[in-house]
Amino acid sequence: MKQQLETIREQALKAFALAHDQTELEALRVQYLGKKGELTAILKQMGKLSAQERPVMGQLANEVRAAIEDSLSQRAARLKQDALTARLESEKIDVTLPGVPQTLGAKHPLSIVLDEIKEIFIGMGFEIVEGPEVELDYYNFEALNIPKDHPARDTQDTFYINENVLLRTQTSPVQIRTMEKKKPPIRIISPGRVYRSDTVDATHSPVFHQIEGLVVDKGITFADLKGTLETFVKRLYGEDSVVRFRPHHFPFTEPSAEVDVQCFNCQGKGCRLCKNEGWIEILGCGMVHPKVLSNCGIDPEEYSGFALGMGLERVVMRRYNIDDMRLFYENDVRFLKQF
Amino acid sequence: MNLSMRWLHEFIDIQMDPREFSEAITISGSKVESYETEGAEIQNVVTGKILSIEKHQDSDHLVICQVDVGAPEPVQIVTGASNLTVGDVVPAALDGSTLPGGVKIKKGKLRGVASNGMLCSLGELGLTKNDFPHAIEDGIFVLDEECDLTLGKPIQEAIGLNDTKVEFEITSNRPDCFSVIGLAREAAATFQKELTLHTPVVKAGHGSCAGMLDVKIEAADLCSLYSARIVKHVRVKPSPRWMRERLRAMGVRPINNIVDITNYVMLEYGQPMHAFDLRFIEDGKIRVRRAQNGETITTLDGVQRTLTDKNLVIADAKKPVAIAGVMGGEYSGIMDDTTTIVFESACFDGTSVRTTARDQGMRTDASSRYEKGLDYHNCLPALERACELVELLDAGDVLDGIICDDKSVDNSRNIPLQADWINRFLHTDLSADEMKAILTKLGCTFDGDTILVPTFRPDLVHKADIAEEIARFYGYNKIVSTPLSGSAQGQYTPRQKFETTITQTMLAMGLSEIMTYSFISPKYYDKIALPADSPLRKSVTISNPLGEDTSVMRTTALPSMLETLARNFNNRNEEVALFELASEYLPTGEELPCEKTTLLAGLYGKQADFFVAKGMVERLLSVLSVTGCEYEACVDQPSYHPGRCAVLKVGDTQIGILGQVHPAVAENYGMDTAVVSFSLDVDSLFQLACPEKTYVPLPKFPAVTRDLALICEQDLPVRELEKAIQSGGGALLESIQLFDVYQGEQIDAGKKSVAFRLCLRSSDTTLTDDAANAVMKKVMKQLEKIGAVLRS
Repeated sequence: MKQQLETIREQALKAFALAHDQTELEALRVQYLGKKGELTAILKQMGKLSAQERPVMGQLANEVRAAIEDSLSQRAARLKQDALTARLESEKIDVTLPGVPQTLGAKHPLSIVLDEIKEIFIGMGFEIVEGPEVELDYYNFEALNIPKDHPARDTQDTFYINENVLLRTQTSPVQIRTMEKKKPPIRIISPGRVYRSDTVDATHSPVFHQIEGLVVDKGITFADLKGTLETFVKRLYGEDSVVRFRPHHFPFTEPSAEVDVQCFNCQGKGCRLCKNEGWIEILGCGMVHPKVLSNCGIDPEEYSGFALGMGLERVVMRRYNIDDMRLFYENDVRFLKQF
Repeated sequence: MNLSMRWLHEFIDIQMDPREFSEAITISGSKVESYETEGAEIQNVVTGKILSIEKHQDSDHLVICQVDVGAPEPVQIVTGASNLTVGDVVPAALDGSTLPGGVKIKKGKLRGVASNGMLCSLGELGLTKNDFPHAIEDGIFVLDEECDLTLGKPIQEAIGLNDTKVEFEITSNRPDCFSVIGLAREAAATFQKELTLHTPVVKAGHGSCAGMLDVKIEAADLCSLYSARIVKHVRVKPSPRWMRERLRAMGVRPINNIVDITNYVMLEYGQPMHAFDLRFIEDGKIRVRRAQNGETITTLDGVQRTLTDKNLVIADAKKPVAIAGVMGGEYSGIMDDTTTIVFESACFDGTSVRTTARDQGMRTDASSRYEKGLDYHNCLPALERACELVELLDAGDVLDGIICDDKSVDNSRNIPLQADWINRFLHTDLSADEMKAILTKLGCTFDGDTILVPTFRPDLVHKADIAEEIARFYGYNKIVSTPLSGSAQGQYTPRQKFETTITQTMLAMGLSEIMTYSFISPKYYDKIALPADSPLRKSVTISNPLGEDTSVMRTTALPSMLETLARNFNNRNEEVALFELASEYLPTGEELPCEKTTLLAGLYGKQADFFVAKGMVERLLSVLSVTGCEYEACVDQPSYHPGRCAVLKVGDTQIGILGQVHPAVAENYGMDTAVVSFSLDVDSLFQLACPEKTYVPLPKFPAVTRDLALICEQDLPVRELEKAIQSGGGALLESIQLFDVYQGEQIDAGKKSVAFRLCLRSSDTTLTDDAANAVMKKVMKQLEKIGAVLRS
C-alpha cells in the first residue's frame, strides 16, 4: 500500500507538470483526488489494514494527499499566470496608432480674447453693460459732443437707417445710456459689435467689435486713467509691457490720449510689425468731456471720469499672428479649430 | 500734412535728427506718421562738367564724354544723350553709385568703349520737369546757375534735393496745424525754442485799385470776411528753386510763380488763397452768395457741376466763378495771356464748405482746411504775404489798397486759469506761472489770471481744454499713475452667465462658435424660401449700404448659418457642426428695432440627423433647467423638410424650431447633403429657466420594470403614447424609455409596433407584483383610449 501511495504521488506530480491548461488540470484533479479517484480508491482499502499499520499508512496517505493538493494548486497558479501572460501578449497594440477623436467645439478666437479682457476688467471692479446696435443718432453722436456736421462724422463712415437712426459706429452710446440711468460711481465696460462703411479687405470689416470703458466718480484724475490702463495693458500683454500715453483728440474726452505699447516684436527698435515706429497703438482714452457729463445730467463740477475704447479684432490678430480680418467672419472650421 | 524741415527752420532754430524730432513732437501731441529725407536713396552721384564730347566709332547714337568730377583725372562716361555741349554741368553717377529705386551703376563697356559711370536725366534722379522747369525730360539734366555748380559735389546738395519731409497726422480740432507756422508753434513749445514770425511788408506803389473791383458778401452767415488785392502786369514764369523745393517737400507740384505763391501761402499760413484773372470777372463785381438751385459751373478740372442753394459761390455780376473754398471755375485760373489778377483771401464757413465738397465729390487742399473752421484774422496777413512774395519774385506789380468786405463777429475768448482745479484734475503740482509759461508758448496772453485765447485756437473753450495743453507740454508720461481707488463689485449679470452656459454647453457637445455679419441681402429671404407674406421679410433697411448683399439687418440668422455651412462645405470640410449666439433685428414700429438673441445651430456630415440635433436641444434644455418642452410636428416652415421639422413649445410659448433644412433650400446654398438646424430664442429660454436646483433623495426602495409592446396606427406620434402612459402611471411611474419602433413583417399594414420599458417605484415601500399590475392596468386603459393595444 505504501508502494501504491508513493506511485500515485509520483504519477500525479508528473502528470500535473505536464498539464497544459486548466481543463487538463481539472481532469487530473478528478483522476487523483476525486470521489472516484485513485487516492480515494486506495484509502478505501485502509479498513483492511492492521491496527498497527493503519496510523502509519493514514499519516502517509495524508502526506501524499497534501503533496498532491499542494502541487495541484501550484500548477494551477502557474497555468493561470501563463494564461494571463499569453493573453497580455496577444492583446498587444500599436500605441502609436491615433486616438479616437473626441469632439469638442471650438470657441471663436474673438470670443476667447474678449472673455479674457472682460475678466481683467471684472477683476478691477467693472461691470459689463450692453446696448442696442441699431442706435439713435443722439446717443451715437450728439450726446458725445459730435453735433451734426461735425467733421468727426466724416471719419466714421456711418451706416444710416434714417436721419435719426443709425448702426452705432462705437459702443460709446452704451456709456451715455448708462450715465442717464445710473448715478456715479460708475465703472463699466461695454463690449459689442460696431459698424462702419469700410469696404472689406484684409484689415477692414464693416462689422467689428469694440470694447469701451467708463469710470465716473468724485475725484477721478488723469493719473487714475493712466494707472487703470497700465494695469490693463500689463495683464493683457504681460507684466513687462512698456506703455506710453500720447496726446490725441476725441470730441468726447478732454484731455484725450492714445495708448501705445512698445512693439513686442522689436522692443521699440522699429520693425515691419510696428511700421518702424517702435510702438503699436492699442487704444484711445481720455477724461470724459465736461459737456458729455452734463449732457447726461451729471454735474461736471462734482464728478469727473475717464473713458477708453479699443478695437478687438486688431488685438486678436496680433495675438495669433492673423493677417486677414476676413477670416473672423468666414468661419472656416479649419481656422476656428486652431485656437 | 507734410512738413519741410528746411521751411520749419525759417521759424525756429532747431537742428536735430529727424527721428528724435519725430518722437518728441509725437509725444507732445502732433503725431508723426513717417519721415523721409529726399535723395536718401541716391549715393555717389556728383556734379561733373563735360570737358569733351567725342563720337563713338561703333555707334551712331553713342558719344564718349570726358567729365571733370573735381578729381585730378577726368572720368570717361559713354552716353546716348544728344542734348550735351562742352562745359555743361551734369549729374554723374560714378562707379558703384545708387539711384532711386535701388538701381546700381557699375563701370562697364559700351560697344567696346569703357564707361565709368552714367550721366543722369531728371527722371533717373526721381525728379520731373516741375522741379526744374528749364531742364528737358528726355535728355541729361543740365544744371543751371540756380544750382551749386562746384564740381564733385554730391548731387543732392548741388540741386537742393536734401530736405527732410515729416508727415503729420493732424487731428480735426487743430486747423491751425495744417500750416508750417502752426507746426512751428507746436515745435517751439515742444523744444522750448523761440518762434520767430515774420510780418509781411508790401511795397505796392503801382497805382490804386480803386474802382476796379467791387466785393460784397451777400451770405454773411457763410462768409465772415472776403479780402482781395490786385496785381497788374503779371509776369508768369517758373518760381525760384527755393520755392519749388519747399512745395515739392510738402507734396505740392510747382506750376508757375502765381499758382505757386497761392499754394506757398496756404501751406505757410494755413489760409487757402485763390487767384482770379480780372478779365473774366464781369463788371468787376464779386458777390459771395448762395448758388441758385440748378445753377451750373465748370470747375478747373473741366467738370460741369450743378449747384444748389446749399452751396456758397463766388460770383461776378452774372455767373459763379468759383465754388467758395473748394475750387475755381475754368476761366478763373492763370493763363499765358493773363495780365491782371485778383488775389482772394477769405474766410468761409467750415460746415458749408465741407458739405459742398462732399456733395460735389471733390475734396481739395483748400476745402480740407476750410472745413475744419478757419480764423478770419488770418485772411489779411496771408493776403499781404502773397503780395509780398509777388514783389519778391518779381511776378507782377501790386496795386495800392485792399478791397475787403468784413462781416466778422468777434471770436475772441477768455478762460480763467484755475491752476488748483487743473492740478487736481491731472494729479499734477504745477504753479500758475509754470502753466502760464506753457500757454504763452502756444500763443496765449494773459490779463491777470484770465487767459486770452488766440483766435487761431477755436478748440480751447473749457478749462478741461486748458488742462490738456498743460498736460501735453508737461508730459503725459511724466504724470505719476495712481491705481483706481474705492471699492467696486465686478461681476457678470445672471443673463451674461446664462449665455456663457449656453456657449459652454454647445462647445462641449462639439459645436464650434461662429460670428457672422448682422446685415444680409433681402434676397436671402427667398433663398431660405420664406413665404412672401412672412413678417420676417420686414427688415430694418440701411439707407447707404456697401452693397445689396449687406443692405438689411437680418430678422433671422438662418441665412448667415447656411452661408457659413455652405462655405465650409465648398472648402471640403467633412463634418461640420456650428452655432452662433446671433442678434436678430425685428422692426417694432418704434424708432429702434427689437434686438433679439437667438441661438442658431447647424450641422452637416455624418451626425447631421434630426435626432442628433434633438438630443443636443434636449441636453441643452436640461443644462439650462428649462423643462416641459414639447416638440410638435410642423409642416408650414418652408425653410425645413415638411416631414422632419418640429416647433418647440413650453406651455404656450414657442421657444424654437428644429428640423432638417429643406433639400431645396440646402440646394440653394449648393449643398447636396442633409443639413440639420435648430434655433432657440435665448430671451424666452432665460425667462423659462429655473436655475435653482433642489436635491431629490436617492431612492430607498427597489424599482419594478415592465416592458410594454404596443400596436397602434402608424401615424400616431410616440409622444401621444407616452402621454397616455404618464397619465395612467401616475405617481408610481418613475420613467419611460422607448426601446423599439417597428413596422414590417408580422405587423399589419398601416400599423406600427412600439415598445417601452416602464420603471415603477414607490418612495415609501417595496412595490408588490399586484401593485405593479394594477398600475399597468391603468396604463393600458389610457392606451386603449387612443387605439393602442398590447402586441400579442
